[in-house]
Amino acid sequence: MVTGKGGTGKTTVAAALALALARDGKRTLLIEVEARQGIAQLFDRDPLPYQELLIATAEGGGEVRALAVDVEEALLEYLEMFYRLGIAGRALRKVGAVDFATTVAPGLRDVLLTGKIKEAVTRTADGRRVYDAVVLDAPPTGRIGRFLNVTAETARLAKVGPIKTQSEGVAAILRSPMTAVHVVTLLEEMPVQETADAIDELTRLGIPIGTVIVNATRAPVLAGAKLTQADLRRGLTAAGVSVDKETLTGLVGEAKAYQTRVAAEASLRAELHGLGRPVVELPILPEGVTPASLASLGDLLLTSA
Amino acid sequence: MPVNETADPGDGPPQLDVDAILADRAIRIVVCCGSGGVGKTTTAAALALRAAEDHGRRTVVLTIDPARRLAQALGLTELDNTPRQVKGLQPDSAELQAMMLDMKRTFDEVVLAHTDPKKAEEIFANPFYQAMSSTFSGTQEYMAMEKLGQLRELDAWDLIVVDTPPSRSALDFLDAPARLSRFLDGRMLRLLLAPARAGGRSVFNLVSASFGLFSRTVTKILGAQLLTDLSGFVGALDSMFGGFRERAEQTYRVLQAPETAFLVVAAPEPDAVREAVYFAGRLEAERMPLAGLVLNRVVKVAAPQLSSADARAAADRLDEQGVHPATAEVLRVHADLFDQHDRQTAVADRFLRAYPAVPVVQIPAQPADVHDLDGLRAIGSTFE
Repeated sequence: MVTGKGGTGKTTVAAALALALARDGKRTLLIEVEARQGIAQLFDRDPLPYQELLIATAEGGGEVRALAVDVEEALLEYLEMFYRLGIAGRALRKVGAVDFATTVAPGLRDVLLTGKIKEAVTRTADGRRVYDAVVLDAPPTGRIGRFLNVTAETARLAKVGPIKTQSEGVAAILRSPMTAVHVVTLLEEMPVQETADAIDELTRLGIPIGTVIVNATRAPVLAGAKLTQADLRRGLTAAGVSVDKETLTGLVGEAKAYQTRVAAEASLRAELHGLGRPVVELPILPEGVTPASLASLGDLLLTSA
Repeated sequence: MPVNETADPGDGPPQLDVDAILADRAIRIVVCCGSGGVGKTTTAAALALRAAEDHGRRTVVLTIDPARRLAQALGLTELDNTPRQVKGLQPDSAELQAMMLDMKRTFDEVVLAHTDPKKAEEIFANPFYQAMSSTFSGTQEYMAMEKLGQLRELDAWDLIVVDTPPSRSALDFLDAPARLSRFLDGRMLRLLLAPARAGGRSVFNLVSASFGLFSRTVTKILGAQLLTDLSGFVGALDSMFGGFRERAEQTYRVLQAPETAFLVVAAPEPDAVREAVYFAGRLEAERMPLAGLVLNRVVKVAAPQLSSADARAAADRLDEQGVHPATAEVLRVHADLFDQHDRQTAVADRFLRAYPAVPVVQIPAQPADVHDLDGLRAIGSTFE
């Protein structure tokens, strides 16, 4: 599971992880659950249907499939699997029951979504697991606890019955060593605060936490360096560059602003290291996301895992 | 501040005159919208502070989920759904209040406003109400609208500045009332309500025979207790739904009125700009007054005469000679900044091409996060 505050790049990280885990002939499934079509955008494809489609091949012949889970389809699939509903299932959709049920009981929505993930994780063919790993582009940090705490949400509504059984099965997997929730953050105040809050919440829920992934980091150059215009002018002369006073002042101003940022990032970094989880840093991708840059992020994620 | 109204494509977009909006007594509501993580809350707080301090307007700012230290700077130590006076204003006579939205409490207030206390207690105890009031997708958006409606009715301020929820999609804020209406008008709800309205006790026993298969299915899947709770919830809320919808529609109309100014906040990043384009289109379609785009976190190059390529080449020469390492780093910081600036410009152009007539104001990237009034004032001063 890959969570993180919105805008931290969790979809990119999830995709890089799914690709890395598929290397050397493995097969992984990359899932999204919030109807954002973020995976399709990342891979520059048409919106994904509710089907597991090959979306990328990994080094050494592995493959990544992608799935955008649709709540309504998941509910009908679930009902079909357990109740063989046929016409009644279609009737449910016709009267808007699915929309109604997931609106009035949002916990039900999460059980369906996490239930679909469980199904993919445990699916077998010819006595083997179909997927070596399933990577979820999960809801953001603000919603992750509620999303994964399926039993609590449904227990309020269903004291007995199949929904309760289903949610208990999901909860068992989510709390098992099969699961790890990775939290993606930036070296900015709000994402770091939400990372700490999410780790705290997931710890209380007994859900295993993986790595803290710091995205889009820059080299902390100039840390603590004393910068004067005179030194800089000498350096520029040595480099054969002559600049006017305005440019010189501008360069010093830019460098000082950078130092301020680096100092703030250092204290945020220290805060992240204090959370008691492994921390891995991914560099900023100046050219944006490309197949090559996803692979290089994957290298970093694999070596740190 | 010069306003460029000559839509000449070479001149770039018209400049958004934020001070003119904040000073305009006819504008009573400013809504900041945009995708999550673009600095919406900080922008809303900076606008509100400037309106109060520089334009003498009695202002309240409704924040949704502020960073802790920003909340503290505004004097918000707890989520209590009550506007609190912000301290440390200059001049002392400036009036600014701030509040943080408490979604559940606002929902409870709505229920209390539309029903008697005994019935309200029943509703509060119902597990479906508890689930819906805390997690209904769209509840936060709907409650932000509701709170805005309440604040406006109190009529205690000249100007209300609203931050919108960090939704999965910025559109949720506009869609909340429609979604609520759709939900309330849904066939399913009417089916569930039919027996209650007819005085029946069981949820499904008066429903048409063709529905029998469906009702048996639902009972089988959900169980009888759950159906009883659901029936109770739906029956109890039924009496209030008319009021709910009326209020949501009322707020919706206020948002369309000339007293409201929408500001779309975006950062110059692909996702945020895509959302901003989408949002501007929606505001247009809903006939809501889009005042302009606030482009946040814009990287400024302070030494534009030195190109990125020249700076990198010079840094490489210093490295080869093994001298002046700090200067080489300064040059690379400059080159990276320049490149980032160029990328941001290219990304922002997507919005400018889609909406060339929408005025734009840029807020430079701040070297550190904002957590005090001075930081907010610094942002406000960029509107000059």
